[in-house]
Amino acid sequence: MTTINIMLPKEITDRHQLPMHERIGYGMVALAAFLLLLGAFGGPLTASPVLYCLLTIGLSTIGGLMVILPRFRQLPGIKNNGVMTSGLTRRGLLAWMLGVAFTAFYVILYWYPEYLGSMTASVDPISWTLRGAPADRWFLYGTLYTVAVLIMGIRMLAKYRHSPYHLVRTASVMLSQLALAFVLPAILVRLHSHEFYFHYFWPLKPDYLFPSSLQALFASDDKLIVFMGFWTVMMSFIAVPVLTYFFGKRWYCSWVCGCGALAETMGDPFRQNSDKSLKAWKAERWIVHGVLVFIVLTTALIWLNSWYGGEILGSWSASWAKAYGFYIGSLFSGVIGVGFYPIMGSRVWCRFGCPQAAILGLLQKWFSRFRITTNGGQCISCGNCSTYCEMGIDVRSYAQRGVDIKRASCVGCGVCASVCPRGVLKLENQ
Amino acid sequence: MHVVVIGNGVAGVTAARTIRKRSDAKITIVSSESPHFFSRPALMYIYMGHLEFEHTKPYEDHFWRKNRIDLLHARVDAIDTTARSITMNNGSTLTYDALVLATGSRTAFYDWPGQNLRGVHGFTTLQDLAAIEASSVGARKAIVVGGGLIGVEAAEMLHARGIDVTMLVRENAYWRNVLPPEESAMIGAHLARHGIDIRYNTELRSIDGTECVRGVTLTTGETIASNMVMICTGVRPTTDLALRSGIAVQRGIVVNEFFETSAPHVYAVGDCAEQNGIVELLWYSARAHGEHVGAVICGERSPYARDVFYNSAKFFDIEYQTYGSVPAKLDGVTSIVWQHAHKDRFLRIVHRDGIVCGFNALGLRLRAEICMQWIRARTPVDVVLRDLKRANFNEEFFAWEVAV
Repeated sequence: MTTINIMLPKEITDRHQLPMHERIGYGMVALAAFLLLLGAFGGPLTASPVLYCLLTIGLSTIGGLMVILPRFRQLPGIKNNGVMTSGLTRRGLLAWMLGVAFTAFYVILYWYPEYLGSMTASVDPISWTLRGAPADRWFLYGTLYTVAVLIMGIRMLAKYRHSPYHLVRTASVMLSQLALAFVLPAILVRLHSHEFYFHYFWPLKPDYLFPSSLQALFASDDKLIVFMGFWTVMMSFIAVPVLTYFFGKRWYCSWVCGCGALAETMGDPFRQNSDKSLKAWKAERWIVHGVLVFIVLTTALIWLNSWYGGEILGSWSASWAKAYGFYIGSLFSGVIGVGFYPIMGSRVWCRFGCPQAAILGLLQKWFSRFRITTNGGQCISCGNCSTYCEMGIDVRSYAQRGVDIKRASCVGCGVCASVCPRGVLKLENQ
Repeated sequence: MHVVVIGNGVAGVTAARTIRKRSDAKITIVSSESPHFFSRPALMYIYMGHLEFEHTKPYEDHFWRKNRIDLLHARVDAIDTTARSITMNNGSTLTYDALVLATGSRTAFYDWPGQNLRGVHGFTTLQDLAAIEASSVGARKAIVVGGGLIGVEAAEMLHARGIDVTMLVRENAYWRNVLPPEESAMIGAHLARHGIDIRYNTELRSIDGTECVRGVTLTTGETIASNMVMICTGVRPTTDLALRSGIAVQRGIVVNEFFETSAPHVYAVGDCAEQNGIVELLWYSARAHGEHVGAVICGERSPYARDVFYNSAKFFDIEYQTYGSVPAKLDGVTSIVWQHAHKDRFLRIVHRDGIVCGFNALGLRLRAEICMQWIRARTPVDVVLRDLKRANFNEEFFAWEVAV
């Protein structure tokens, strides 16, 4: 008796050749990426920023839409055909190449910005229009990030358009990224106010509750800036528990958050690569709560230090905070969090690293009306729900026993309920 | 006590798990199909590339050792019901205190000429899937014989891989021997919209070709060229081992209300079992059998009584749920039907003299617990209509605008 190996014959996969418009579209995106890199060396491109912007941001937008828009003509419904047989979506060569490219981008962005050269010129026209100032590397990053969320968000809308929940939720993350993460902070810069992100709070943005920043906000004469102080305190201590009580952590993680926005749009093609094993769940709990303890201690130390006028701890708390910024803020959330999308799925940071998700998760598990309910004995144990869970939750293990799913990590994206071929799962606020 | 289970499908595995929950017995599952339990209804998703084989395993491999359930990947060739032992194809033997036969069912071939040609497949086992995979190389066109649940799965999976599908349906509408006309019509139209060529009122006469399939001939004499033929006209209980071992078999292995066969200490459950002349051939029933026989073996000797019937399926993009009894010929019952003006959404509530007895839902999700409770409690249909919202299991923001 031999074990059966299910292997797709190569001829079958080859037959699914990309249609012409998709090939042209992908080609345009690749060309835009190449031209962006070329601009790092200066030359004629960067000499005319409008042209540079059109040939990078403009060209990639048109290319992306050429690939995605025709999908609205297909019949609506779940179509995951070939996800497991394509190298791009199932850890093949293309996936590794993409992962290396993402990782390299983050490494350069954080630690070797000098190699970005004059690439920031590509978003200069946008920066001047919105902010009234030249672009810097963070504006370049923010623009690329927002374009990715919007284009891939349209793809998400096409893919799940049979589902009203996904339409509303995807529109919400796209709007949140565009308005709260991109346009509004830019306008604040233009008004010479304080650059502030209304949708990020402590501990995802740990410094928002550090004494120095709070003091600066509350001491301002500008009412808007004082409001930012109230806002950040109110969101961290009141809105987070109250909204999570009513809606679960999804109100933030898959409706508002910027990391969630990228995961739910650009990360969607890779969601199936998250690790569902019991081992991964154990590791997740140690790591994510470890990060939470780290940031709580950091914040407490900094407050203590400020309380005692820096006499007790000296510069120690500052270097502690710096370590957090390096290891967690940059290395974990950027390099590993996004760089490893194609290999480990779209929620590596959210699942293993994000202290905000850890807090929301604890609230969700113990003090929330949100749960995923199961429909009697209708589960056929097929595994679609677990496979397509970006957080690596073994949804099936609950569904096949007919018990509710209350897991700290669940971001309420709703994909398990959509891919279920028997209508077994439902997200509910009970 | 040593319990041996033959077959690691949902019936056998559920029996083993139930026994483990209730007792400390030594448990061994023997399967010739696969080393580990996998979800049979998920096979189509492997072919379509939605899942890999690993994803279809409901338990991680360490589960079995942790729960002290021994797995043997071997074929059982003989049962000695007096010595209470089984012999496997690798020559080894096992003795048992209780034996559960959960050998399932296989595709029924009705002696069509050419049914042994290369490229003719049933679709019930992992081995079938591997064979279909091999035939798919270079295939352009396939014939699906039979318009039922496996037929539509076969059509969907082949279609997803770019193979043109012609479906031969004996009735005048899709699955018309089970579904009322409106449901049949909606699904038939949906299949056609996906590009499936459905031929109603057609029957297969022969499969043509010399070594490989070249096409089929219908009873009308018409011929259709194709590279593959999928036989989806139903399944038949796998009873040969029981038969060889002197256990009473009719259509399936005959069991009483405790799932006991004619041989002492030998039980049969799932697709292979026949109880009161009925072979259920349903995944959900197989699981219920497994739970029940597990309890019986652990000493809880109560007769099996079937709960309210339910089933579900998916026809391309249309989800289907049914509860209670909704006869294909709606004689003696009254239906209340709602259908969306242009989307594939449909609800049928069936009642007999004002007492609700069944639901059919297409493109809608109903809450199983509520529907089954209504049927069990013989609820008046006015109450059901008044409280219909309670049965809504659709996602949030879903417009549940049922206007009856």
